[in-house]
Amino acid sequence: MSVASGRSSRGGSGEGRVQLRVEQAGPLALLQDAGRFGVRRLGVTQGGPVDIHAWAWANHLLDNRWGAATLEITFGGLSLIAEGNARLALAGADLEATLDDEPIEPWSRFEVQAGQRLRFGAPKDGLRAYLAAPGGFLAEPVLGSVAGVTREGLGGHDGQGGKLQKGDALVFQQGHIENDELPEAPSADKRPDYSQPTRLALVPGAQIADFESRSLFAAFNHPWQVDDRADRMGVRLTGPLLKCAVSSMISEGIGLGAVQVPPDGQPIVLLNDRQTIGGYPRLGTLTPLACAQLAQCLPGHEVHLQAQALSAAQEEYRDFLRLFRAD
Amino acid sequence: MQLPCLEVAGVDAWLVRLFDRIDDANMPWIMALLRRCEESFGDALVDLVPSYTTLLVHYNPLQLTPAQARSRLATLLADLEPDEQGALGEIKELQVWYDDSVGPELSLLQERSGLSREAVIEAHTDQKYHVFALGFAPGFAFMGSLTEELVLPRLDTPRKRVPAGSVAVANRQTSAYPRISPGGWNLIGRTSARLFDRERDGFSLLRVGDRVRFVAVDRKEFEDAGGDTTPVEERGAETSRKNS
Repeated sequence: MSVASGRSSRGGSGEGRVQLRVEQAGPLALLQDAGRFGVRRLGVTQGGPVDIHAWAWANHLLDNRWGAATLEITFGGLSLIAEGNARLALAGADLEATLDDEPIEPWSRFEVQAGQRLRFGAPKDGLRAYLAAPGGFLAEPVLGSVAGVTREGLGGHDGQGGKLQKGDALVFQQGHIENDELPEAPSADKRPDYSQPTRLALVPGAQIADFESRSLFAAFNHPWQVDDRADRMGVRLTGPLLKCAVSSMISEGIGLGAVQVPPDGQPIVLLNDRQTIGGYPRLGTLTPLACAQLAQCLPGHEVHLQAQALSAAQEEYRDFLRLFRAD
Repeated sequence: MQLPCLEVAGVDAWLVRLFDRIDDANMPWIMALLRRCEESFGDALVDLVPSYTTLLVHYNPLQLTPAQARSRLATLLADLEPDEQGALGEIKELQVWYDDSVGPELSLLQERSGLSREAVIEAHTDQKYHVFALGFAPGFAFMGSLTEELVLPRLDTPRKRVPAGSVAVANRQTSAYPRISPGGWNLIGRTSARLFDRERDGFSLLRVGDRVRFVAVDRKEFEDAGGDTTPVEERGAETSRKNS
């Protein structure tokens, strides 16, 4: 086991490891660190949190280093029993989290005692919640990362990309519980409201010039619906038919958030577990923060694509990263 | 389009487009640029994805603005030389057992090409293929280019479960499936090689820039090398057994 050297595991003497035991697994819960980098040329996908915003906040609430592994909980339905005392943090979707049946406020820190039950119900606002533990959950890195990618059988709590199953244990260092200076949680008005129609910032590029002008007008002026064909690989949008002069291309490397349009004219936004190369024409790329917003949308949710200039989009992303990262 | 050119690929990535068609001669250029990027970007480099005609360069946005990354790439392109020696990877051999049980489309390939089984196998093993890209799954190498005689389109309906090691063709390309997965390529045999192994240095047996030769082996050699002879499961296999 590698021990994540988080800032919050300072001191460390006499601190044991704590486990959360899975009582009920729910549809999908995976460990996610920042992602797997440097191996995409081998066909290995990036992985990592599909909502980098909520993931970063969950870690930040415990003063964890950037990249500490959190649990990404999709839909809810998960029940965990604490086998020790610890302070945990939660950010992202409101999945009706309770501790021994008492509601836990979204975007907060809370303490658990041995024997307590942490439960997630159903999506109330958003789709994915991030549970952080002091220093990050511990797991053996695979190809440099613990990001769980089921399709590739890499990473996660078992090293095989497996979803969390009943009886599994999530392990972390206990950390300090006394109230030292931990970062403040965002106030209610600063938290995202996942129920509103979402504006997704898109940096135009790639083959955008090959799309028919009417299609381009429609793409940026008509609402889109999130389809139920949506997962960690990508999210399909349904709406106006987009026509492109190019139907398929020689496969090339695909970045996070690429908006590809296959011959059926309905875009697919490619997320963290996308294939590393692809050959459909693209309108451009959603910003990382727009990907994060999209990852919280349930099927049927209304989204709008909004063009954003590259330099402004990067500036915004840098500002976000600087809240959480030292480099 | 004037090539090479740089295309926006997001807030922290540029796509360098070097060529507009697939050609074996592209790879020394793409691999030379890949290595120069590694040197030039240093720890500001996040990832690189080489493929057929392009290189995707993903950099750390806290270290470089898009303009800085772009000008760095433009500098590298200005005096890029193909790295014929160093950039080209190794020549690797993959042993393949060509058989109907593990390669159900072998007979289709015979039928379409009008070649005998021996001639099909000879055509597939006769040349060294270039690895143009890895993708679809970890360690899955897109190799080409196949001789015209062996060209078969993808299957209309992809299989849900293609066994690990399956050697396949589709259009002008050939590959081998590193692990069990869905797949739409035509299966013609199976290799015992472990194509992706997380315990091995470099993880993937094949890398972009490598050249690969397939070598025909018989069932015994295949089994001795650890090959799995379990036949490809076909839908309808049950029915035909009942009927016979």
